Formats: sequence, structure tokens, C-alpha cells
Amino acid sequence: MIRTEELLLNVGPQHPSTHGVFRIIVKLDGEVITEAIPVMGYLHRGTEKLAEDLNFTQIIPYTDRMDYVSAMTNNYVLCHAVETMMGLEIPERAEFMRLIVMELQRVASHLVWWGTYLLDIGAMSPFLYAFRDREMIIDFFNELCGARLTYNYMRVGGVKWDAPEGWLDKVRDFVPYMEKKLDEYNNLVSGNEIFLARIKGIGQYDAQTAIDYGLSGANLRCTGVDWDLRRAEPYSLYNRFEFDVPLGKTGDCYDRYLIRLEETRQSLRILKQALEQIPSSGEVMGKVPRVIRPPAGEVYVRIESPRGEIGCHIISKGKAEPYRLKFRRPSFVNLQILPKLLVGETMTNLITILGGIDIVVGEVDA
Amino acid sequence: MSEERDKTAGMPSSGDTVGTAGEAPKETAGTVEGKEQSGQEQASANAEPAAPAAPSSAEASAAPVVDPEREAKLKAAAEAREARAAAKAKAESEAVPEEPKAPSPKQPILDAAVGLIRTEVAEDAVEEAYINELNGHMPVIVVKGDRWSEVAALMKNHAALGCNYLRNVTGVDCETHMEAVYHLVSLESKQDYAIKIKTDREAPSVASATPIWATANWNEREIYDLLGINFPGHPDMRRIMMPDDWVGHPLRKDYEPLDPEV
Repeated sequence: MIRTEELLLNVGPQHPSTHGVFRIIVKLDGEVITEAIPVMGYLHRGTEKLAEDLNFTQIIPYTDRMDYVSAMTNNYVLCHAVETMMGLEIPERAEFMRLIVMELQRVASHLVWWGTYLLDIGAMSPFLYAFRDREMIIDFFNELCGARLTYNYMRVGGVKWDAPEGWLDKVRDFVPYMEKKLDEYNNLVSGNEIFLARIKGIGQYDAQTAIDYGLSGANLRCTGVDWDLRRAEPYSLYNRFEFDVPLGKTGDCYDRYLIRLEETRQSLRILKQALEQIPSSGEVMGKVPRVIRPPAGEVYVRIESPRGEIGCHIISKGKAEPYRLKFRRPSFVNLQILPKLLVGETMTNLITILGGIDIVVGEVDA
Repeated sequence: MSEERDKTAGMPSSGDTVGTAGEAPKETAGTVEGKEQSGQEQASANAEPAAPAAPSSAEASAAPVVDPEREAKLKAAAEAREARAAAKAKAESEAVPEEPKAPSPKQPILDAAVGLIRTEVAEDAVEEAYINELNGHMPVIVVKGDRWSEVAALMKNHAALGCNYLRNVTGVDCETHMEAVYHLVSLESKQDYAIKIKTDREAPSVASATPIWATANWNEREIYDLLGINFPGHPDMRRIMMPDDWVGHPLRKDYEPLDPEV
């Protein structure tokens, strides 16, 4: 007689597939998961608490460290919130620079996801390809603001530095290069049978569930819900450009994979138009008072980060520091659906599903 | 300022070591030995005290010449300030007639939502309703705590509102009371609302919205963890960021760390 009992297994906090410190306690019946309990907070630094003692320019570096794979969009959401409160005008060239770096960041972020996701599933080489090409974008950012990941590039009212000479031309050359590489990626992986067997039909949910759980980004669009904030509630200059919002049908990991690849291509398309339209010279900082003191009141703004809707809720009492600052972090919200998806799945699929959500733990814990 | 200037200009002449006093500022890095040396050679140095002393006397005589310029500058600045103040006052006085503001374009939307809540839930369910102009004219509705569950269900299920997507939940310590802010949006009409629920600061409690929007689950846990607001009806009310044995709720304005070293 074989004695069978429930097995309690700790995945993480330091497991390579969590890309950070994140832990899931799973209860296993054989190899099938019966319950999954996520445990987080290992990377909680209290950004919102720290921000209450800092002025807005000082908070910008803290936003870099939330979603460190996509720091530019985090910079933007904070600056955008303060600018909305103060009703500031942003010079056109500055806004173009912001848009260009945000779209480059989206490409870089999706490349990191693509490489590491395939690495999780067991394919080594895509990781190397993806990081080779991402490195070019990181070099652009390094040249622009002297940092590879934590840029601290944007300011309330504009950007800190204008593009150095020849920088825009380098980005112009990069766009067609990356488009070619994307085709290569597609040929290399997207049709691979082993890969398809691993991710097709895995982690599936429908549109209603996605909306209930407040998912955003590719996690929402894979179910066919047309909700991209660049299109639905345009901010910055996004209404000036033509681009498509890729949508899925089945809501499984494969759809999310395809959407992120297609989004990369659409970002390149936006980049191409932005690089054509950017004014050749001009101010990169608007007229901003020396001490940034938003009027008393509150504001909630949201933008589309590579992971979904990132929001910034500022409550101000008319001081240089926020009274309360809250970030709506897409990774945190998207991750909520994980325990629901894991029930009834096998251990191998845990990695596939977790990777498919595309979380950055710095943002989950903030 | 001009007094200080006179003092410094007068100092060398009052001392008998005119030469060293005049030289000291020039070779600021001069060592003690150097000073002694210069003291010994003072007699010889005194032979030509005129050279270092000359600039100081020149400065002293120049000081009154600078002052009128400075005064003129100050006067100009003061005049500019006055002009700016006058312009500001003028602009303000001009702005006064505009006081009766045009109603916000979102006012009908807010009125419709408030009307629906009043008829469908209860006449007294809405404490306050206003337009947040700073935030792109977002309608804000302050709902009574004990009516929040019904209002939430109405916001989500009523065809005219259709707020199927909960964007964000923020907890706020307002020092006089606590507040939970729910940002809702309808993915169909793209209309968003902010719903606020005020609660007592000593025993803060807001009915959980998790049964209506699953999004609220971790958001409310986070608010419980960091602000101590309880959410009755929540399926899993535990701390989420801080360790389970943590004392206090860090985002409260009166929070004092148990161990300041940590």
C-alpha cells in the first residue's frame, strides 16, 4: 500500500524563474498543484513612505527602482502627474524626447521578457540574442543620461538633457536593424514545436476574468479586450502616431507571447514616426518654478507601461512634498490572478504561467 | 554691507604691521614659519609698505563709488517688484468678473451617477459629490461607509454606469479621519469615477470591494498592512508587504517605529 499525502513545497524566494525575490507556497497532489499562496514583500522598500519626506525631483530616482526594467515609463508617470496638477506646458522637443525614450524602453523591456521567458522554459540562446540587442538600447540611454538602468532622466517640465549630437541618427539606424532582428526572433522561436507544446493553451482565462482581476497590458489584451492607454486615453503625443494595438483571441500564454513581440514591432513603428517628426532644436525644459509646489488637491494619472497600466495618485497639500503618493503598479495587480491560474496545473506550468504574466518584483513590492 | 567694507579697509591702517596684514590675504596658505620670518623682516618690509597698502586704501575710497550703483540696482529691483505686484493685482482684479465659472463638462455625468445612487441605493448614501478639475474634471463621489457595498454593486452592474474595471485603490491618512479612494472606469464608455469612503481614524473600517472587483483583493491587503484600515468581508485579510509580526502601520502619519534602528 503506497502512502500518499499532500506535499507542501516552497518555490523561491530565490528561484531563478521569479526574477527577483518572490515566493510561492504550493500544495501538491502528486505533480498537480491544489493550492498556491504567493508571499511577497521581500523587496519592499517603502517607496511611498519615503516619498512623503522628499520633494518631487528627489522622488524621481525612487521611481527608477520600482520597475527597473522600464524606468523611463516610471519617470514619466510621476512627472506627468505633477505636470497635470500644476498645468505645465512641456516644450515639444522635450515631449518628443520622452516619447522616444519611452518607446525604446518598451522595446528593451519586451526583449528582456522575451529572453528570460524562453530561458525559463529551457531555451538558452534566445536570451543571448535578446540581451545582445537590448544592450544597444542600454548604450543609447547610457550616452543620453549616464546610467544603464536607473536613468533619472525626466524632470517635472521636461527632460534633464537634450540628445547629444548624432544620438538621434544612431536611434534612426537602430530601428530598421531591430525590425530585421524581430523577424529573426520570430523564425527562431515562434513556430518551434517544443515551444508551442509548452505554452499553447496554458494559463488560459477569458476577458471577463481579466477585467475582474484588473489585469492590464498584454495580460488583458490577450483576451481580446482592446484597452491600450496610448490609444484609449491618449497622453503625451501618442495621438499623433499611427500604430496598431495587437489583440489575442484565446487568452493563453502563447497569445501573450505573440502580443509582446508584435508590440515591439509597433513600438519601432512609433519610433520611426517620432524620429521623423521631432523638431531639430528647441528647449528641453519648460518654464518651471524653482520650487515645485503643486496646488492643494489630488490627481490620478495613468500611462501604459510595458507591463500595463501604471498609475500615480498624488494628494498634495500645496507643499513641495506630497502628502500621500501612491503608485498603481501593474506587476502587483497582474500577479493577483496567479493563485487562480495555478490550481490544477503541474509544476512545470507554474514557471510558464508566472513568466507569462511578466512581473518585475521591484514593482510588485515597491 | 558698506560698514563691513569700511572696517576691513580701515584695519590695516590701525595696526602697526601694515605690511603683513596687507600680505596675509594674498598668501592665505602662508605657514607659521613664514609669518615669523616676515615678522623678522618686518623692518625691511616696512620700507615698502605703500605697495600692499595702496590697494586697500584705493578700495576704501572706491567703496562710496560702488554704493550709488548698488543703490540704483536695488531701486530698480524694488521698482520691478512693485510693477510685478501691480500687474498681478491688476490681473487678479481682471479675473474677478470671471468668478461664476462655467459648469464642468463632466457635471451632467456626475449628477446622473449621484442621482442613480440616490434612487437605487438610498437618499443619504452620497455624502458629497464634486468635480476634481485638476484631474481632467474627474467626478468624485464621497459615499457613506455603511452604503458602500451596495453602491459598489450598483457602480459595476448598472447599465448606465458599467464600471467594470477597478483601476486603483488608495488608502489615505487624513489625520482627522481615514479615507479609501477607489478609481473606477468603464471600459466601454471610458468614463472614470473616483469613489471615496471616509472612516473613523481610531477603528478604521471600510466594507471590502473584493467580492465585486477581484482587483481589490491585494490592494486592500496592502492598505490594511500600511495604514491599518480593516476591510470586513475580505476573504484573506493579512499583511502583504511587512512581516506578519510587524508592529504598527508605517504609512500612518503618527507612525513611530518600534525600533528606530531598523
